[in-house]
Amino acid sequence: MLVFEKTSLAEEIEQLIEKYGNARSALLPVLQEIQSKHRYISDYAQQEVARHLKIQPVEIYSVITFYAFLNSKPKGRNIVRVCKTISCDMKNKISIVKAVERELGIKMGETTSDNKFTIEYTNCLGLCDEGPAMGINEQVFTKLTPETAVKHLHEVVG
Amino acid sequence: MEKLKERNGKVLFSNYTLGEGVRKALSLSRDDILFEVKDSKLKGRGGAGFPVSTKWMLAAAAIADEKYVICNADEGEPGTFKDRVLLVEYPELVFEGMIIAGYAIGAKNGIVYLRGEYEYIRKSLEDFLVQMRKDNLLGKNICGKEGFDFDIKIFLGSAAYICGEETALIESLEGHRGEARNRPPYPVNTGYDGMPTSVNNVETFACVPHIIINGGEWYNNFGTKKSSGTKLFSVSGDCEKPDVYEWEWGITINELLEKVGAKNTKAVQVGGASGICVPKSEFDRKIAYEDIPTGGSIIIFNENRDMLKVLKNFMEFFVEESCGQCTPCRIGNTKLLEGVEMIENEEYTFAYLNKLKDLGKTMQVASKCGLGQSSPNSFLSILENFKDEIFYHEAGVENGN
Amino acid sequence: METKKNGRAPVSQKPHRIEKPEHPEYIGGSVKIQINEKELTVPLGTTILEACRDNHIHVPTLCHHDDLCIAGVCRVCVVEVENMHALQASCAFPITAPIKINTATPMVRKARKHIIDLLLSEHYGECYSCFRNNNCELQTLAKEYGVDHYNFGHIEKPKYKIDNSSYSVVRDMDKCVLCKRCIRTCIDLQEVGVLEAIGRGDETHIGTFLDKQLSDVICINCGQCINRCPTGALRANDPRDEIWEAIDNPKKHVVIQTAPSPRAAIGEEFGLEAGRSMTGELNTALRRIGFSKVFDTNFTADLTIMEEGTELILRLYKALVKGEDADKVPQFTSCSPGWVKYLEHFYPEYIDNLSTAKSPQQMFGAVIKTFYAQEANIDPADIVTVAVMPCSAKKFECNRSEMDDSGFKDVDYGLTTRELAQMIKETGIHLPELPKSEFDNPFGEASGAGLIFGATGGVMEAALRTVIELVTGGKVEDLFENANITPVRGFEGIRYVELPITEVGEVPEMYKKYFDSWDWLKGATLKVAVAHGTANAKKVMEDIKAGGKFSECHFIEFMGCPGGCIGGGGQPIPTNATIRAKRAEAIYAEDEGLPIRKSHENPHIGYIYEKFLTDGPCGDKSHKLLHTTYTKRGEYIA
Repeated sequence: MLVFEKTSLAEEIEQLIEKYGNARSALLPVLQEIQSKHRYISDYAQQEVARHLKIQPVEIYSVITFYAFLNSKPKGRNIVRVCKTISCDMKNKISIVKAVERELGIKMGETTSDNKFTIEYTNCLGLCDEGPAMGINEQVFTKLTPETAVKHLHEVVG
Repeated sequence: MEKLKERNGKVLFSNYTLGEGVRKALSLSRDDILFEVKDSKLKGRGGAGFPVSTKWMLAAAAIADEKYVICNADEGEPGTFKDRVLLVEYPELVFEGMIIAGYAIGAKNGIVYLRGEYEYIRKSLEDFLVQMRKDNLLGKNICGKEGFDFDIKIFLGSAAYICGEETALIESLEGHRGEARNRPPYPVNTGYDGMPTSVNNVETFACVPHIIINGGEWYNNFGTKKSSGTKLFSVSGDCEKPDVYEWEWGITINELLEKVGAKNTKAVQVGGASGICVPKSEFDRKIAYEDIPTGGSIIIFNENRDMLKVLKNFMEFFVEESCGQCTPCRIGNTKLLEGVEMIENEEYTFAYLNKLKDLGKTMQVASKCGLGQSSPNSFLSILENFKDEIFYHEAGVENGN
Repeated sequence: METKKNGRAPVSQKPHRIEKPEHPEYIGGSVKIQINEKELTVPLGTTILEACRDNHIHVPTLCHHDDLCIAGVCRVCVVEVENMHALQASCAFPITAPIKINTATPMVRKARKHIIDLLLSEHYGECYSCFRNNNCELQTLAKEYGVDHYNFGHIEKPKYKIDNSSYSVVRDMDKCVLCKRCIRTCIDLQEVGVLEAIGRGDETHIGTFLDKQLSDVICINCGQCINRCPTGALRANDPRDEIWEAIDNPKKHVVIQTAPSPRAAIGEEFGLEAGRSMTGELNTALRRIGFSKVFDTNFTADLTIMEEGTELILRLYKALVKGEDADKVPQFTSCSPGWVKYLEHFYPEYIDNLSTAKSPQQMFGAVIKTFYAQEANIDPADIVTVAVMPCSAKKFECNRSEMDDSGFKDVDYGLTTRELAQMIKETGIHLPELPKSEFDNPFGEASGAGLIFGATGGVMEAALRTVIELVTGGKVEDLFENANITPVRGFEGIRYVELPITEVGEVPEMYKKYFDSWDWLKGATLKVAVAHGTANAKKVMEDIKAGGKFSECHFIEFMGCPGGCIGGGGQPIPTNATIRAKRAEAIYAEDEGLPIRKSHENPHIGYIYEKFLTDGPCGDKSHKLLHTTYTKRGEYIA
């Protein structure tokens, strides 16, 4: 990481701490904001947060690896999550997965070489009545067909 | 995200005016509210079915500087989405239920633990809270009630099924891994921030304003003897009208299937992945605490479904979603999944599968929390109820057999 | 006795808020219960496990450890509680109502068996290739429950790479049962925080920050996790093979030094009860193994006192009289390498407060490869020095790059008590049956002051015995009965003592070059403190940072491990407060029986200053050989 990137990240984290406080209960909101902006929480960010919260970096790493929506490794700028749980599975989620994989030229769990997309599976999104469903970043898309799934990919990046 | 639907129901989906429940509640004494809830015989709607009044009375009786009301909106059970509908379409019921709970137990703070997957709902909830503050339904001296202050904040999860377990949820709120705590102490004694805390499901809170307005007895008149009131059902799978429905407790599976337009149904999973799988021969069973209790997830499988694949999907879910701290759940679910794979690859013996069934029974009693205690349910019920199909390929299954 | 409660209650075990009796059966804070039909009365809040143990009812445990907070994760200790649908973990269940407990129902027995089976299914490796063979809690459970085959299969390939990057601690996660004792040790007991549970579900494992290897994170090498691991997942980095090779090489002159704490504990490895000192037997054993010389680390402990004590006096003189370097007071002890690395990481701004005196182990190494080599006329290049220590951090310490002032690596190998016991067994010796013998000369005699270094407060007591006598010219015995400075003893986490200096004596010859009168100390009050375990060290350091009473101290003894060296990470397993107390008792008893109990009265110390370190304590020669420098490591993990 470059020096100026570190500085700006450190400032960003400082602002987050100001917003949420430095109690341990602030940890998830702080990590969520970093995750949502950078799509992952870098080792530097983890250590900065640890320093502010007066806990050890391994405790942050432990928390990040526990929650499916937090990442400690870089991801694409857009994270696509296809629901794989039963109701969506029954609604032919595999056709959605194949369409997305084919469109982006990568497999589930991978990131495109231009860093634009990461595609992965997720457990139940709570959209079982409208499956198959997927999420792109904070948005959700339902009643997908292979065509609409691909269309949404392109809409999101504009 | 979605258009408001026309919904019909006797309690939750009946007409309601914002503020009605809170205003009525504030005209009553705290004890009156607790007794009204007691009379309603309302049980926790998340699935565990613990009497709400007992929880609240314990929290109300606790002596502490702070108390908390937490709304468990970490709806993660596969096949469950009723809380999403309530939060999107009926947020006033949920929030007012929390305010009434706060008033009854003497709490000033309410927290909604919203699952990470529902982040897109957050904005509308926040906006609604702003409106409620303007209307003095939240904030200081609510509705002119001197000394009653209450506010609600939204806390977002980050995708972990286990956080639906109330102590894991509290751990998560406190900034930790969502690992279930040892109980006792229970949250009503030592909860969020070490303070007495009542954690209730979204639907539970949503019932409360109606109960307060119409009385506990009125509510208790719905349903069956041991299962008062109505229940929201999240119906998905092989049917024409997957949706959220409000029905009285006691509905049979047959009646339910009829209402949602399910045809050629072979099996119904009641209670999600952690529930039980009911075969056709038992479709006259009732959904009620007397027979099959549930948090409301109904997944319908028609004759073409391969039940072993269904079971594998469930077990994969638990292997990933176990918090991983206690032995029976962490390793037990892996072993059960391995067992399913053995069957899939025709590499099983009944002797070993019987060992796994036995293990499942141990998991039900020895796991630290409800996740591990309920995760073997589908393994046990599917292998038992569909053994002909799974082991002898007797049913016409669409997977080439 | 040490207190079990440590500063930070882990979130999952907040104390139960007991406001009022929940049941009329309560009588004065106690509650009547039934265990296996037996009527008992227990204090409110007692756990089921405690109640069982107090009444000699056996309940197996795995994740439970007396030193640690409760986890309730292994589920081996489950019992049936009447009217509860699920089994309850007895370690985690506080009794607050009159309940009926059954510890041996068919359901309980089956559940325990299943849990053991599950753990074994994921436990890679065979018992006979494990250092914990015969001292493994999982093995014991398997035996207790009659496991004769793997009910749920057995992992065939290792899942993890063994991490042996650290000089001190080796992690073999394929043997881990996820009891989380190491986490609770690292985060809650020691408050270092290197290990945590990583991942979720079937991917859960114990790991470090970003799953880095141990040498790349801020592990202080205290090895307390090793002592509390129920299996062989954690062990010390074992140099036995290299040592055997050196012993078998006729060209090598292999000398060994033994610290007091291993001598007080090694009997436990041979089935003896804790608290039997084996100094004489051990000397014989070491000679039979083939070590050329057997030396007593206490000798350099005495040397440490001379150097560190003098350093303290000089720091105080500078600060109080000359007004220089006032921030180098309080002086911190530096003989615990776990503590030293802790300070380098967490409080690097205070490294100037650390005494520059090397630890006794390192002083000995330096002296052996210089003074001893010269006296014995042996090429130091042919000398291999081994140190038997109660410590895993000593392995790291001897590998610090600056520890080569003799011109060679001062100490070649740090050997733990456990590893030495293994070497003795390999030689076919049953230690307790051996005749006793003495240490070798020229360092054959050591004082009791050096000996008590092993227990928390010991360094402070040893230093005080010398400093008091040098300054006042009187006898310690006049101030403290039998020269036992009891206020600094014990297992209280932090002790603070004030000693007014009312009288001063003649300045000893060796200090005359610095000052010719003690008047500057007359009427002063010497303030000292003792802290053991890094959690307590942290409290003291935070107090110093905040300008509290410990910042007014002159000298503070810090030990990285709870209990001091007798509780070190290289000591026999298991450990608990009772065992540590017994080891300490053994050390204090041996001290009382010795003819010389003050470092400055050790004639061999006089001899070395006369013959070798001729410019006296803290003189140029000793500075070059016996003092060291530290590194500001900080907390950032690159």
